[in-house]
Amino acid sequence: MTPAPSNVQPQNAVAPGWTGLRDFVRERWDLVALAVLAVAPLVVPALGGALGGQVTTLFIYCILALGLNVMVGYTGLVHLGIAAFFGIGAYLMAILTVPMYPFQIGFLAATIVSVLATAGIGLALGAPTLRLRGDYLAIVTLGFGEVVKVTLRNLEQITGGMKGLNPVPPPGAGVKIAGLDLGLAFAIDPRWFYYLALLALAGVVVAMRRLEQSRLGRAWVAVREDELAASAMGISATRVKLSAFAMSSAVAGLAGCLYAASLSTTADPNAYDFNRSIMVLCAVILGGLGSIPGTILGVAILVGFDTVLAPWADSWIQQMNINPTGSSLLSFSGWRLAIFGLALVLVMRYRPEGLVPSRRLAAELHEDNA
Amino acid sequence: MSAQFFLQQCLIGLTNGALVALVALGYTMVYGIIGLINFAHGDLIMLGACLALSLVTTFGLATAGPTATWLGIVVLIVACGLFCGTLNVCVDRIVYKPLRNAPKLAPLVSAIGVSFIFMNIGLFWLGPSDRSFPELLPSANLLPGEGLQFTWKDLLVLVVVVPLMLALSLLVQTTRLGRAMRAVSQDPTAAALVGVDVDRVIAATFFIGGALGGAASVIYGLYINTIGFQMGFQNGLYAFTAAVLGGIGSIPGAVVGGLVIGLVRSLSSAYVGERWTGAIVFAILIVILVFRPEGLLGRRTKEKV
Repeated sequence: MTPAPSNVQPQNAVAPGWTGLRDFVRERWDLVALAVLAVAPLVVPALGGALGGQVTTLFIYCILALGLNVMVGYTGLVHLGIAAFFGIGAYLMAILTVPMYPFQIGFLAATIVSVLATAGIGLALGAPTLRLRGDYLAIVTLGFGEVVKVTLRNLEQITGGMKGLNPVPPPGAGVKIAGLDLGLAFAIDPRWFYYLALLALAGVVVAMRRLEQSRLGRAWVAVREDELAASAMGISATRVKLSAFAMSSAVAGLAGCLYAASLSTTADPNAYDFNRSIMVLCAVILGGLGSIPGTILGVAILVGFDTVLAPWADSWIQQMNINPTGSSLLSFSGWRLAIFGLALVLVMRYRPEGLVPSRRLAAELHEDNA
Repeated sequence: MSAQFFLQQCLIGLTNGALVALVALGYTMVYGIIGLINFAHGDLIMLGACLALSLVTTFGLATAGPTATWLGIVVLIVACGLFCGTLNVCVDRIVYKPLRNAPKLAPLVSAIGVSFIFMNIGLFWLGPSDRSFPELLPSANLLPGEGLQFTWKDLLVLVVVVPLMLALSLLVQTTRLGRAMRAVSQDPTAAALVGVDVDRVIAATFFIGGALGGAASVIYGLYINTIGFQMGFQNGLYAFTAAVLGGIGSIPGAVVGGLVIGLVRSLSSAYVGERWTGAIVFAILIVILVFRPEGLLGRRTKEKV
């Protein structure tokens, strides 16, 4: 594998005119996207309504997918149960804040405790199982996901069963800044959560970038590329994998905390089942393993398909009166699974490195024409 | 009473387990030969069950006499076996074959994609709600006395599954094709060098695994009596777990794993409560893998440089 140059910064990045602007957007897509997303709620009034909530959920799934990316993308370990950690984060957040329990320690403290606890649970699961070879590890994570889902559903005294735990109070409940009740503001205007989730996502992206370049991040990639060679170079493969597992779990836990807080309920345990894990995994792989922009794009496509495109296409078909009998063969959502499946198959066939591949992986997969 | 109850649960577990094992064989054979977790296998079986239901309704098998019913069941098993086997080979040709040299995750994700496509086909075929599969067999108890229940349905499962498994192990152990399959699973390049047509062997493996799944789908319909477009997922999950538990890639392992899963399921449903069954099955799986990472009957493979 030829080492691909990372972080190439052309000297003329801020040349005047349109080319300069184009280069700038290409190099600093992150800043541009952040600026657009930060201004959007001020310009688009719809973001103050239901759409704002949907976009917030999208940001939260991006965080979840970035967490999974640590394990699957950087370290190359297949994880089929990320939703379990998402769920554990959400339920811990709920247990620590809902009125039903005596803790009620507030959003920030609850987030910190839940993130640490999910990381700990990840360590506890990873420590005995990480010596398993690839596919066996995958089935352990899958099994853990099922165990967590069944437990959440059945331990009704603790988790509220199918009803879930609620109401999770909004962040800053009871805190007053300059006469403004912060909790009330969060409860009334979805844009507060929008900004909170955007802030968290930006924080996670920055942290992931730093990690990628760090000693630990390079060790993750080394273990993915060749575990034996990495061990020969003095990397403790077990410790490196374990840290990836803990980091994935922690970030997924953070996503779970935000999810429960933004919905003000944990929702029912089916929100954390195998399907969710698979969706997030597909998003990461579709976008490009180990690639931060790819992961975000993958989530945006998959979630956007379900929440934006499918309802829109359905209502369009209805308006055009193509489907007067209401047959599911002629409705867009009737074909949802097939379209989704076909997209996965086609992307894997023609672009196995994903839509926005990480530079390192792309270089590796196209060695011949590099 | 208590001992009898326990025996009854074991009997149910073993019958169920035989069915799980039949599905698990499809996973383990494909994994053994190309290292792919075939996520679409459960949904392939769902499509087999769709075909079985359509055939039963078309030919009015539910109202036929006993001889016609038994003959009909044999025809169903053959038809669904051929259908699932052929479909599996087609999927391999179209989807997995171009990915033989792709990164390891690519075929896995494609398999998930195929599983979604199958589910959508099943949704159109069956409709969104569960459908009942007609009871074709008399429910008389075959064992003497009041105690243990062992009906024609249970017998059918064993009568179909046991010979199929014996035939499969004979095929793999003694025939030319079986030897070629073992060779390809050990080392495809070396097998090709000594003149094995690797692509044909892989296609044969997909066909046999799919055909066993097709047979399983008919028995599933007759035994469980409810099918739905989402049945593939849960059943596939248990069968895949069975394959891993026994040591994925190992044919006797899949059988043992299936029986263990069947027993654990029925005993935990009886003694702990059905709603905990999923958690118990997977908790046991995790514990077994921690202590025997290669599965119950799997080979320990040395990591190669």
